[in-house]
Amino acid sequence: MTDRSPQEAHALPSRISLLIIGGGPAGLAAAVAAWDAGCHDLLIVERDDELGGILNQCIHNGFGLHRFKEELTGPEYAGRYIEMVRERGIPYLCSAMVLEINMRREVTLISPETGLSQIRAGAVILAMGCRERPRGALGTPGTRCAGIMTTGTAQRLTNLEGYLPGRRVVILGSGDIGLIMARRMTFEGAKVLACVEIMPYSSGLTRNVVQCLQDFNIPLMLNHTVIDIHGRERLEGVTIAAVNPDTRQPLPETAQRIDCDTLLLSVGLIPENELSRMAGVPLSPGTRGPIVDQSLATEVPGIFACGNVLHVHDLVDEVSEESARAGRAAVEWLARMKRPAAAAETVTVPVREGRGVRGLVPQYLQLTDRASFSPDETWPITFRPDDVYRGGVVLIRADGKLIQRRKTRIMTPGEMVVERLKAADLPAGPIRELTVEVEGVPQHA
Amino acid sequence: MPERDIICIGCPMGCSLNVTVENGEVRSVRGNLCNRGVRYAHDEVTAPKRMVTSLIRVGDQGPPLSVRTDKPIDKALIFPCLDAIRQARVNLPVRRGDVVIERVLGTDVNIIATRDLG
Repeated sequence: MTDRSPQEAHALPSRISLLIIGGGPAGLAAAVAAWDAGCHDLLIVERDDELGGILNQCIHNGFGLHRFKEELTGPEYAGRYIEMVRERGIPYLCSAMVLEINMRREVTLISPETGLSQIRAGAVILAMGCRERPRGALGTPGTRCAGIMTTGTAQRLTNLEGYLPGRRVVILGSGDIGLIMARRMTFEGAKVLACVEIMPYSSGLTRNVVQCLQDFNIPLMLNHTVIDIHGRERLEGVTIAAVNPDTRQPLPETAQRIDCDTLLLSVGLIPENELSRMAGVPLSPGTRGPIVDQSLATEVPGIFACGNVLHVHDLVDEVSEESARAGRAAVEWLARMKRPAAAAETVTVPVREGRGVRGLVPQYLQLTDRASFSPDETWPITFRPDDVYRGGVVLIRADGKLIQRRKTRIMTPGEMVVERLKAADLPAGPIRELTVEVEGVPQHA
Repeated sequence: MPERDIICIGCPMGCSLNVTVENGEVRSVRGNLCNRGVRYAHDEVTAPKRMVTSLIRVGDQGPPLSVRTDKPIDKALIFPCLDAIRQARVNLPVRRGDVVIERVLGTDVNIIATRDLG
């Protein structure tokens, strides 16, 4: 299904103002925002043969409540953004793979249509998304038979290619895609026998536990994991066991075998940063994505990052919002480069993860003259708590002094927390660092 | 008065709702952050409903057409609705939002396409 339109690029220029790598929700939102901010010399490069990214295979509803104030499916959400790209005439190139990128923003890409080309970009937005953690990264024992795959692979086979990958299914891990696929495969006539989660809580959204597992009486086995895999050619069964809640080590006396032909892995997503590394972009061990400031600029000048390549999100609405900011920031950066004399002195202020906080973004603020911020300017600061907290409080301090405090109802590692730091709340005078921390009693500590 | 604790599936917040019920009618809902929670609690206690999303096969090859209900359908009708979708045929081209099954199973729910195809 190659999508053809006049705006699909056929010959590539050797220079371009803005190159966006990835045509999923992040790349599309960044492109639309950049265009609307006045940059019309840009190109979206997409590896797949159509725009939309992983949304195309997410045929379930639950997208867009924030962004469009209605509940859409993945293809509908993608469709709306693709329409915005088409209406504006934003150029894009599908089936195109970026092979190389360096810190001078020289990009080598290849596609059947344009062959091998090199483009020098004024600014680059990294919007490559993420990939699933594979079985190898888990170290599950047992044979290497057919029938073991990531849930995203099963989702693609079922929803885009029209094949049901199995009849009797066990799901390892309880991320949202795993929960969604439990329902999806049930809808297609498969029997989902269990969803097995090593942690004491699901890493997916509570509403997905309700509408994807409980609605169909699929057991969610918390504090359990797969300890053995059986089968030679095709998977025949798995052995699962409870784990010691303190050490997470399996308890062999609790082992039980479940006969199944399919094991789906839903054990986490990893930002896809091969190209970022190639460009010399420093990555954060907390998010596994680029280290960025509040404008989503990486530490390599002119290279920005947004969406799941930066940190894994739960909601596409938040990806769109973040990516639009990256699009505008890239255009502002291009404008500043045209008049270097006007570039203001900036001070770098690190934002640190305090108690209970993981995967914080941004990792630092770039502060110019305070007078240049409008008083109502806010910067999203996002993180995941390290445990479930009921009634927890999020504290932001500048050099120890409390500048923002927000009480929450419940925080769980499965749901990203978004704080909005008001520029006006920053103390006058120099700041050495900000810290973000969670105050409260962790549920499972 | 009988109480039920349910989790709202109206949005990703997933509010924990405490619902008091009398004679099959909702008397009070607590724990909701918005009105969606009240509507959901009422439906869930009296006549639970769910959105259904699935696929219609189009020819022997090529991607299937993704579809959804245009509003939530009675929970008891999920599997009959899936069967109706499975048996449906569509003529291409189809545009996002086109009705592909009108009033499925005699309800007021339509099945609509969620992508352009063909």
